[in-house]
Amino acid sequence: MAETPTSVAEVQAGLRSVGYLPGESTALVSFLATKLGKPVLVEGPAGVGKTELAKALSRYLGRRLVRLQCYEGLDEAKALYEWNYRKQLLRIQTESEGTGWESVQEDIFGEEFLLERPLMTAIASTEPVVLLIDEIDKTDQEFEAMLLELLSDFQISIPELGRIEARTHPVVLLTSNNTRELTEALKRRCLYLWLDYPELEHELEIVRLHSPDLQETVARKLVEIVHQVRELDLKKPPSIAESIDWARAILLLGADDIDPTVFRDTMSVIVKHRTDLDTVAERVGVKLEQQAPAA
Amino acid sequence: MSPPPGPKPIYGSLPERPPGSFDGELLAFSEDLRSEGLAVGTSEILDAFQALNHIGWGDPTDFKETLAATIAKSPDDRRVFELVFERFFFRAAEAQAVRRNVSELQPGEAAQLDLEGLDLDELRRQIAEALQDGSESDLRDLARLAIAAFGKGEGSGVLGVDVQRIRRALGLRTEPQPELPADDPRRDGLPRDSLRRFEQHLRRELERGLIERTAALPPKRPLTDLDRALPNGPVQDLAAVHRVVAQLKRRLATQGHETRGRKRHAHVDVRATMRASLQTGGVPVDLRFKPQRPRRPEIFVLCDVSTSVTSASTFFLSVLHALHDAFRKLRSFVFIERISEVTEVFERERDFRAAAAAVSRDAGVADISGYTDYGRVWSEFLELIEDELHPRATVIVLGDARTNGRPPREDAFARIAAKAGRTFWLNPEPRLYWNYGDSVISAYEQYCDAFECWRTDQLEEFVKALTKPVAQ
Repeated sequence: MAETPTSVAEVQAGLRSVGYLPGESTALVSFLATKLGKPVLVEGPAGVGKTELAKALSRYLGRRLVRLQCYEGLDEAKALYEWNYRKQLLRIQTESEGTGWESVQEDIFGEEFLLERPLMTAIASTEPVVLLIDEIDKTDQEFEAMLLELLSDFQISIPELGRIEARTHPVVLLTSNNTRELTEALKRRCLYLWLDYPELEHELEIVRLHSPDLQETVARKLVEIVHQVRELDLKKPPSIAESIDWARAILLLGADDIDPTVFRDTMSVIVKHRTDLDTVAERVGVKLEQQAPAA
Repeated sequence: MSPPPGPKPIYGSLPERPPGSFDGELLAFSEDLRSEGLAVGTSEILDAFQALNHIGWGDPTDFKETLAATIAKSPDDRRVFELVFERFFFRAAEAQAVRRNVSELQPGEAAQLDLEGLDLDELRRQIAEALQDGSESDLRDLARLAIAAFGKGEGSGVLGVDVQRIRRALGLRTEPQPELPADDPRRDGLPRDSLRRFEQHLRRELERGLIERTAALPPKRPLTDLDRALPNGPVQDLAAVHRVVAQLKRRLATQGHETRGRKRHAHVDVRATMRASLQTGGVPVDLRFKPQRPRRPEIFVLCDVSTSVTSASTFFLSVLHALHDAFRKLRSFVFIERISEVTEVFERERDFRAAAAAVSRDAGVADISGYTDYGRVWSEFLELIEDELHPRATVIVLGDARTNGRPPREDAFARIAAKAGRTFWLNPEPRLYWNYGDSVISAYEQYCDAFECWRTDQLEEFVKALTKPVAQ
C-alpha cells in the first residue's frame, strides 16, 4: 500500500507518524523528490539523521528500503552486478566432453549466474523501492560517473543479457558527510538538502519522542547541555543520536537531575575523544557546579 | 494593465517588463547568482521551474527553500544564495513599488508619528529586550521607530555610516556594560547575531526610506568583498576560522582518494593480484594496485605581522597548525623587521584568540619603525635555516611585499628559493593592488609561485595544492 503524498504538510505529518521529526526543509525536499522523481543529496555532519530519513521515508511511503553502503574501493562489481565466476567455472568443468560452445554459452550467461547487487535490485524490482546510497563521499569519481548514467536513465546494460530497464521509479537518497567535494555532474542531477544540528526546541522534541519517560525538566537540561558542548571546539561534536543515547542512559540510571556527578559518569556517552573529554569536563563541568548550589 | 507613467527618469534604468511575467524574474535572479560566482546551469533552472509548479507560492519560506534545493548545492553556495536572494527580491519589490507609485506611508502620515511622547530610554530598553528574544516583525517595527527617532535630519547619505550612528545612539553593544542598572537587558552584552539582524533591519528600512524619497534604485552592492573576505579582525568571525579549518581537515584526510587520471601510473601489486585470482581459479581477472600515499611535505612558513597583514597571518598560521598532522615537519616564523620563531606558540594554544594575543605580545619582531624590512628578513632567515633547507622542503611566505622603500634583496630570496624544493608566496591583497606603491612582489615573483589569498576559497585551493599527492 504505497503512499503518494500530495502536499508538503502530508509528508510532514506522515514522517512524524513513523517516528521521524523533520525540519522545515526536509519535508519539502522529500515531497519534491517524490513528485519530480529526482534523487536527493543529503549532506550534513555525522549523526543528524540522514540515514534515518531514508528509513523513515521507506516506512511512510510503504516501500522496501534497498541500501548500498559505500566505501573506498567500491566498484561496479559490488554495487551493480557480478557474474558468479565460481559457479560458471564449475558449470564448465562439469560439462561433459563434446558439448558445443553454443549451448554452454547460453547456459553460463543466464540469470541464475548473475549476482544481483543493491543497485540492480532497486532497478529490477517490480514494486517501487527507496534506494539509499549511504556515504557516497567515501567512493571515488569513477564510481560517481557510473552512478550518473544510472540516476538519469534508470537502466543498466549488461553486455551478455541486454538492457534492464526500471519498471518503477525509485526514490533515491544519497547521503554524504561532506568529507570531499562531489562532482558537479552528480550534484546537478540531485536536489540538495543540508541537515544540520537542530534547534533547542526541536531537539527537545526528538529526545522526548525517543525517551517519553524522561522528565521534561531533565530532558530540557540535557538538551541545553548538549548545545553548550557543541559550541566548544571539539574534535567530534555530539550528534542527535548521541543525545538520544544519553537520554536513555540517564533514564536507566534513574537520575532526576543532571548534577555534576551524573554528568561526569555519563559524559562518555556524548563525547568520544580523550582530549574532548578533558575540554568538556573543564568547561561544562565547572558551569554545572556553579549552577548546583543555586538549585 | 499598463503601469502609470513615471514622474521622472529613474537612475539605473529599470528594464520594462510586462507585469505578471514571473519567469523573467526568475531568470534575472539566476543571472544575478551567476554574477556572484555561483554556477547555475540551465537544467537546474528548469528543475526550479518544475519544482515551483508543485509548491504553493504563498509561503516565502517554502518558495525560498524550493529554489535553494534546486540551485544551491553546497553550504557555501547556500550562503551566497541567501544573500543574493535577499538583495534581489528586496530590490525587485522596491522597483515594482516605485513603478506603481506605491509607498509605505501616505504623504500626510509621516508627520503624524508621535515622537514627542517617546521616551528614548524606554525605546532603548525595548530594543534590547527584543534583541534577546523578539520576533522579526518586532525588530522591524522597532527599527522604524529608531530611525524616526534618531535618523532624521543629519543623514549622511551613506547607509553604513547611518546604521552605525543609530546603533551607537541606542547604546547597543555586544560586550557587557556593568555600569548600567541591574534590570537593563543590555547589561550582559547582546548576542552578536541578533545585533547583526537588527542592523540589517535598520539598513533595509533606511534603504526603503531612501528609495521612497528619491524614487530611484541605488546601485547594487556587490557581495564579494564584504561577505567572503578572510576575517580582518582577530576576534571577529571565529566561526569562519573553525569552519575553514574543519573543512580543510576533512578534505586533507581524504586527499589520497582523489587519484583521477593517476591510476594509469599506479603500480600493479602482484602479490595482491595473485591472491585475488584464487577466487577465479588462478586466472587474474581482478587487478590490484599498490596504494598511493599522499605527499607529506616539510614546511617553513614566514608570516608578515605588520598591522596591515596581522589578522590574515594569524588566521593562516592557525589553519596550518590545525593541519599539522598532514605535514612531516612544520616550523613557523613571524617577522616585521626581524624574524622570530612561533612554532611552540601554536602548538600550545588551540584557541585562535589566545594565539593571536601571544604572537603580538612576545614575538619581539619590531625594531624601531614597525615597518616591514623584507631584505633583512631574508638574510636572517638564511642564516638561521640555510642548513635545513633541502629539495623536499617547502617555503611559504605570507606578506604584501611592501618594503617601505628598503632594498628588497631579491638575491637572498633567490638563494632561499633555489635551496628549497618549492617556494610559495601568499599575498593577502587582491591581484589588482600588486606592484602599486611600495609593493615589490614582481621582484620576488620570478623565484616563486605567487597566489592571492584574501578569500577563504583561495586559501582552500592553496592548501589543496600544497598537499597534492604524488605517486611514490
